[in-house]
Amino acid sequence: MWKWLHPYAKPERSYQLAGKLLPWFIVLTIITFSAGLVWGLLFSPADYQQGDSFRIIYIHVPAAMMAMAAYSSMAIAAFVALVWQIRLAEMTVAATAPVGAVFTFIALFTGAAWGKPMWGAWWVWDARLTSELILLFVYLGIIALYNAFSDKLLAGRAASILTLVGVINLPIIHYSVVWWNTLHQGATISKFAKPSMAPEMLWPLLIMILAFAALLGALTLMRFRNEILTRESHRPWVRQLIQHNMNITENY
Amino acid sequence: MAFNSFADFIAMGGYGFYVWLAYGISFLCLIILIFNTLAKRKKIFRVVTQRIAREERINKAKKMEGTL
Repeated sequence: MWKWLHPYAKPERSYQLAGKLLPWFIVLTIITFSAGLVWGLLFSPADYQQGDSFRIIYIHVPAAMMAMAAYSSMAIAAFVALVWQIRLAEMTVAATAPVGAVFTFIALFTGAAWGKPMWGAWWVWDARLTSELILLFVYLGIIALYNAFSDKLLAGRAASILTLVGVINLPIIHYSVVWWNTLHQGATISKFAKPSMAPEMLWPLLIMILAFAALLGALTLMRFRNEILTRESHRPWVRQLIQHNMNITENY
Repeated sequence: MAFNSFADFIAMGGYGFYVWLAYGISFLCLIILIFNTLAKRKKIFRVVTQRIAREERINKAKKMEGTL
């Protein structure tokens, strides 16, 4: 497996692989977003208690889940980067962080817009909300730290260390609704139990989770490619690639 | 279909403001993120092309120096 995996530690190969995967992620994103939004907004029935306000769930839950998934993948990449000194892993950390930060913000904002009509307050200092806010600050810290160094080797290492430190927040977010008495409801979908949700509401939610996952993948691949080009911009292969692309656009 | 009319759909059973606020801001954020990502790629291309052009000019100038 190492023999097969090894060439992808070369930036050029990774750039090309990311480019090959990208269209599939974009197509999947477009299909799942359109299907999930139409089903969730138009066809799924209103909740018997929350009425139509529950439709916010179709962006709130997927954004929150993928914000945490993005962080988990960043943590794995940061570990790989620090232990095996693989620069491409550092680049994936830098590429994923802004996407995760935006997803976290969306989860917080949609939560506030849902909390106002249901709880009567935009914001409460509850365990789930506070730990999610900390996740946003950790994301912003990682992005700021990575941009603070002009030496990207140092920047990558610093950002990776901060990413690993921030992992402690993930179980806190996940179990916050169990450990503390919170206003936020418990998990609706669980790996172990039957979901406590009607199938006609659950299906669009699952599609929207897939949509956000595909979007996370697509944006991360795009930013990963940007990161490779920036950090390798003095290499001949990057110069050739850019010159070639520029010639194509000039001819049209 | 969960709604009888387009007006019903917009009203979202009285929660229209909150639902559309959540959806609106979310998609605005995602669109900004997508444009930011595309703009970054364009910027890298521009910077590298400019650098190549500059190096070519310098090389040309060096050749000219010998002829003068």
